[in-house]
Amino acid sequence: MFLLRAENVTKSYAGVRALRSASFELRPGEVHALIGENGAGKSTFIKIVTGAVTPDGGAIEINGQPVRENSPSFAKSLGVAAIYQQPALFPELTVAENIAIGREKSGLFGLVDWKRRRRVAEELLARVGAKIDPEAFAGELSMPQQQLVEIARALGANAKILILDEPTASLSEEDTNNLFRVIRELRDSGVGMIYISHRLEELPVIADRVTVLRDGETIETRAMDEVDRQELIRLMVGREISTVFPKEKVAIGETIFELRNLGSRTARIHDVSLSVKAGEIVGVAGLVGAGRTELAKTIFGLEPVDAGEILVRGNAINIGHPCEAVDHGIAYLPEDRRKHGVILDFPISSNITLASLKILSGYGGMNFRRERELAAEYTRRLGVKTPSIHDSVSTLSGGNQQKVALSRWLVTKPSVLILDEPTQGIDVGAKSEIHQLMTELAGQGVAILMISSELPEILGMSDRIAVMAGGTIVKVLDRAEATQDKILSIALGHAGTN
Amino acid sequence: MSFSRYKRELSALIAFCLLLLAVGVAAPSFFAGGNLRDLLINNAPILLIAVGMTLVILVGEIDISVGSQFAVCSILAGVLAKTGMPTPVLFLCLLLIGALMGALNGVLVGFLRLPSIIVTLAMLVAWRDLLRWTTEGAWVQNLPANFQWFGFGQTTGEILIVGLTLLVFAGFAWILKNVRAGRALYAVGSDAEAARLAGIDPPRIVFGVFTLMGALVGLAALLNAVRFSAIPGNAGIGLELKAVAAVVVGGTAITGGRGLLVGTLIGVALLGTIGTALTFLGINPFWEKAIQGAIILAALVSDVVLARFEKK
Repeated sequence: MFLLRAENVTKSYAGVRALRSASFELRPGEVHALIGENGAGKSTFIKIVTGAVTPDGGAIEINGQPVRENSPSFAKSLGVAAIYQQPALFPELTVAENIAIGREKSGLFGLVDWKRRRRVAEELLARVGAKIDPEAFAGELSMPQQQLVEIARALGANAKILILDEPTASLSEEDTNNLFRVIRELRDSGVGMIYISHRLEELPVIADRVTVLRDGETIETRAMDEVDRQELIRLMVGREISTVFPKEKVAIGETIFELRNLGSRTARIHDVSLSVKAGEIVGVAGLVGAGRTELAKTIFGLEPVDAGEILVRGNAINIGHPCEAVDHGIAYLPEDRRKHGVILDFPISSNITLASLKILSGYGGMNFRRERELAAEYTRRLGVKTPSIHDSVSTLSGGNQQKVALSRWLVTKPSVLILDEPTQGIDVGAKSEIHQLMTELAGQGVAILMISSELPEILGMSDRIAVMAGGTIVKVLDRAEATQDKILSIALGHAGTN
Repeated sequence: MSFSRYKRELSALIAFCLLLLAVGVAAPSFFAGGNLRDLLINNAPILLIAVGMTLVILVGEIDISVGSQFAVCSILAGVLAKTGMPTPVLFLCLLLIGALMGALNGVLVGFLRLPSIIVTLAMLVAWRDLLRWTTEGAWVQNLPANFQWFGFGQTTGEILIVGLTLLVFAGFAWILKNVRAGRALYAVGSDAEAARLAGIDPPRIVFGVFTLMGALVGLAALLNAVRFSAIPGNAGIGLELKAVAAVVVGGTAITGGRGLLVGTLIGVALLGTIGTALTFLGINPFWEKAIQGAIILAALVSDVVLARFEKK
């Protein structure tokens, strides 16, 4: 008898496969760990179980009942509850009210029984061993306390399947131990828990079984006492490095770009030191939350620098705003293309020239002919497939949108190019075109910093690899010595040390 | 160049033409020179404000304090004129006063990131009551002889006012299309974060737009004040509504990022003409506001419908 059974579940987002074939079983009274690299499909799987997204194929059973039309409220009625790294309570409501939202079912005009509400809250809080006043506002509680309230809320809603997504990521050791005690008590009372964590060292302490996802596929399910850490890492990465990422040899020049002990409190990064030479591609690897995007944003002037310095061609520069970064020849291709890499309503031509309007305008106003020429030149060079440069970017496919976003920065003739997940969510053809372009740019002497969650891409494209964890670069590997196991091991080893 | 790109502006234009046609058939006297002249001169200040409002709405904000700013500028125009200030200096002073009031909005909205609807609502009340408190409702009277029509006489004065208004309009239309800041303005209105990532400074753009809005209010107030021999203390009530309505009817998206000044010109013409047209058509003028409201709603609804249609 299983609480949850998923078989060969598949899901694609806009043609990109997030889940190929995920299978998973959860028994009552077990803690079942779910692990995998960034992008292995853990989040998508969880979203399918909680009803947030609909799978394309495969079968799901909850309590032995096949689930066809899942939805968040339906999943909840079946006893599925999820607790995320960031607690999702209503800060302006009291703890008792927050707990009641999960369980009271009277309609919009039903009357509130305040006494009962308080009593129920007290009982549930006692079950998770939390000494919290039910009348306190949720926003005033500490993070671990809020987490316990969330668990109490889930129990109040009669959760039988509890999903814990990186629950210990920001907990102290004491709070972690307390959480583990609560988890064990719940386990003994028959609740099944899916436990997602990057902290491999805590799995033997808390998990009974472990399932490894890789590239959207379930690789293996093992009893926790049968596997060790090395084995798990091997299962997580164990993939052949494909040859689709060719960085051809180009001449490496002098150091163009350098970071010396760079730090930013708001971006939560510290003591970052790194140098990038002309023609070099430095890959930045790390787990989600390691501070990779934050580092890029700090360099580009989107987060304030409050320690260390940034040097371009040996000169320390001060960047308070992205326009200053652009003036110093730094370009940043942001992570979330649809949101911020392009302006969807703008025509392709205006998107391409948006970061270089200065070179287009003189005293007589903007030079529209030059704009058309530039747009035509770059759409041709990057192979953007479109009937007209006047069409809006929203009409393009993901890969072509990314090429437009990249074109915008190439027009500025940058000497330092920061690429944040440049090929995330785009098709294979466009991906290899972008990789070729990166080699070409490196050949022209551009210093490239590439953030990527895809280890084969990092290994294939980078001359050197900077591994980040806890907001800083913990190790820089040479191309020759880097392997997937090594990178992941370093990234995991320092996970959560901040 | 396709018609579909300008369908919002075109539909406003068609509505305007239909209105003219209806009046032309039913009451040809509408097109008598005197009436058209009145319409032009009455709507010139509104057009100036609507030009500024177009910029503000394009950048994704709104300014509902323009009516009160207009009243302050009108009174100050009279007060300064009575000091015997030469006309060019008077122009500069009002542009500056307006710009300062606009800049105050700009600082609060652009740099402090306060919501513009609340900031300008506060300013709407504050400027109006400050004025009531200082003037105690009194009009500015006994203006110098060279104040009315700038001392040129009515006909020349009117030509001057309408000409200057159209010149400013054309200037802004050109700037919006041809100057870097114009493109940046659309970018900020479309997606401020994306604009920031492209190296544009959104707070500066927002600040600049509000400042320009203020300067245009100053200019409009002066051009309006010189038409009369005395200046009332309650000028410009409801002006913000007229301006916003004209901009929306002219096809500018209230959410920012899309729109053209030509549309605003059509919007001002349509909404400005409708009241007089009703009188000529023998319809009770009490209907004016209701019909204006219906036109604004029609513009908004057609905008949504068009957007749905485009998606398909």
